[in-house]
Amino acid sequence: MSKISKDQVKHVANLARLSITEQEAEKYSEQLSAIIDFSELLNELDTSNVEPTTHVLEMKNIVRKDEPKEWISKEDALKNAPDQKDGQFRVPSILDS
Amino acid sequence: MSVLDLSIKELQEKLNNKDITVTEIVQAAYDRIKETDDDIQAFVTLNEEEALSQAKALDEEGIDENQFPLFGMPIGIKDNIVTKGLRTTCSSQILSNLDDPLYDATVMQKLNSAKAVNIGKLNMDEFAMGSSTENSSMKVTRNPWNTDFVPGGSSGGSAAAVAAGQVPFALGSDTGGSVRQPASYCGVVGMKPTYGRISRFGLVAFASSLDQIGPLTRTVEDNARILEVIAGQDEMDSTSANVDVPKYRDALTGDVKGLKIAVPKEYFGEGVDEEVQSSVRQALKVLEEQGAEWDEVSLPHSKYAVAAYYMIASSEASANLARFDGVRYGKRAENAEDMMDMFKKSRSEGFGEEVKRRIMLGTFALSSGYYDAYYKKAQQVRTLIKQDFDQIFEEYDVVLGPTAPTTAFKIGDQIDDPLTMYANDIMTIPVNLAGVPGISVPCGFHSENNLPIGLQIIGKHFDESTVYKVAHAYEQATDHHKQKPQLGGAK
Repeated sequence: MSKISKDQVKHVANLARLSITEQEAEKYSEQLSAIIDFSELLNELDTSNVEPTTHVLEMKNIVRKDEPKEWISKEDALKNAPDQKDGQFRVPSILDS
Repeated sequence: MSVLDLSIKELQEKLNNKDITVTEIVQAAYDRIKETDDDIQAFVTLNEEEALSQAKALDEEGIDENQFPLFGMPIGIKDNIVTKGLRTTCSSQILSNLDDPLYDATVMQKLNSAKAVNIGKLNMDEFAMGSSTENSSMKVTRNPWNTDFVPGGSSGGSAAAVAAGQVPFALGSDTGGSVRQPASYCGVVGMKPTYGRISRFGLVAFASSLDQIGPLTRTVEDNARILEVIAGQDEMDSTSANVDVPKYRDALTGDVKGLKIAVPKEYFGEGVDEEVQSSVRQALKVLEEQGAEWDEVSLPHSKYAVAAYYMIASSEASANLARFDGVRYGKRAENAEDMMDMFKKSRSEGFGEEVKRRIMLGTFALSSGYYDAYYKKAQQVRTLIKQDFDQIFEEYDVVLGPTAPTTAFKIGDQIDDPLTMYANDIMTIPVNLAGVPGISVPCGFHSENNLPIGLQIIGKHFDESTVYKVAHAYEQATDHHKQKPQLGGAK
């Protein structure tokens, strides 16, 4: 019995914007379940009174001056684009035509 | 003896005395790469034309090592550090056409200001996910000590290039051991500084709360000199710390008298090779003879580190890698029906196995209904692991143990089993979770395979100086760092 079913794998793949085959869904179901099983080890620990650590250093609200600066030009920004038109990134249609 | 065998200090003396030119140093690096890289496969992209013209300009200018502390020093760069105008791929197909990056990472700006010369970009596990460099979509890098073995990873190209004498210095990045473990496998010095010590601006993010850039070198002193240049707060990275950067080399006094070393029993447990253990204990003896004191201690939550790490790192990776979508740069799949199809096809074709597996795991751990059980739980365990170190460092100056449980493994041996592969990182991961600095220095060779063994020294937050001090005192008392692989010979 897998902890993460094939259907769950497909749902997660969609969230992650990955397309997967039936075969891959099968494989990920097994592999992810094995990793999740392994992580159950953490449940040995009672963490009900433990604060989560998102960041090891105690820093808060690091800001710099909000001033405009020279940065990448529009032409440069488009230099590595897979597709572009009229100075903008071009993508396939978003709406059904 | 090649000029590439010299330290920064020695090279600069020779440049000052006009015994040598920067062009000769840089040319020697490319000659060595041409001679050895068919076997080692460390470099993904060379910067030859640009580097040689830079060398020529430096030769005309003349050395001023006080103003430019890395004047003319050849350095290799892991391919997840963005280099303006020089292809940056993260060893991934999705970025394989990123030929003209628009900016330099902060570390590159600092190296450029110090007048170091970028020799080229080094192979790695794709997006730094892996412990062997076999997960590269570009090539499989080989261990210079025996080319049937992996160099470790993910900074395998960086460690192998330094060990093979192609470049004397390289930058890597370390999220769960990716500088220290390959340094251990390849017999070089690799430092992961404190989280926040070096700007991550322009380091392609894997797990943002863990990632840190670090230098790989042959000696501790060279390592300290490079960290001096690349460390420091940066307004482009809000997690870089406002803490002064000391002159680390001033700490290299050789004096460890009265220094207190903690030796965690968990780092000498099951799965840690006997001879690795005895080499590290031998190193402890060397430091003891120099007046350091040590006690066995416990870091009781060590065994939970790997599981917590894979949840945290994969979750952060799934968010960070969302930016690769085929819109602004990188590869876009052909024949997409619509926008969503384009995203999915580009990502599925562009990412390799391990990267997809971790994106899937991370997306699952962050998904509705599972967040508390997996991601939050892992972060709570992270707190406990950090507290283990906090407590030990109230009494001790450094923690010492092996870097990796074994020496390098054979190419192909572990790639199919993610969990076995993850276990390699059992002694390096806690250091990233706690955000403390750790270094790996060579401490011997295994009698069975003659492959290098690494000693790990871990310090307090922002106390790289003490870590370097201990590493240097040990290094100076031994000659492991002077050994060199016989490329093509010692099989």
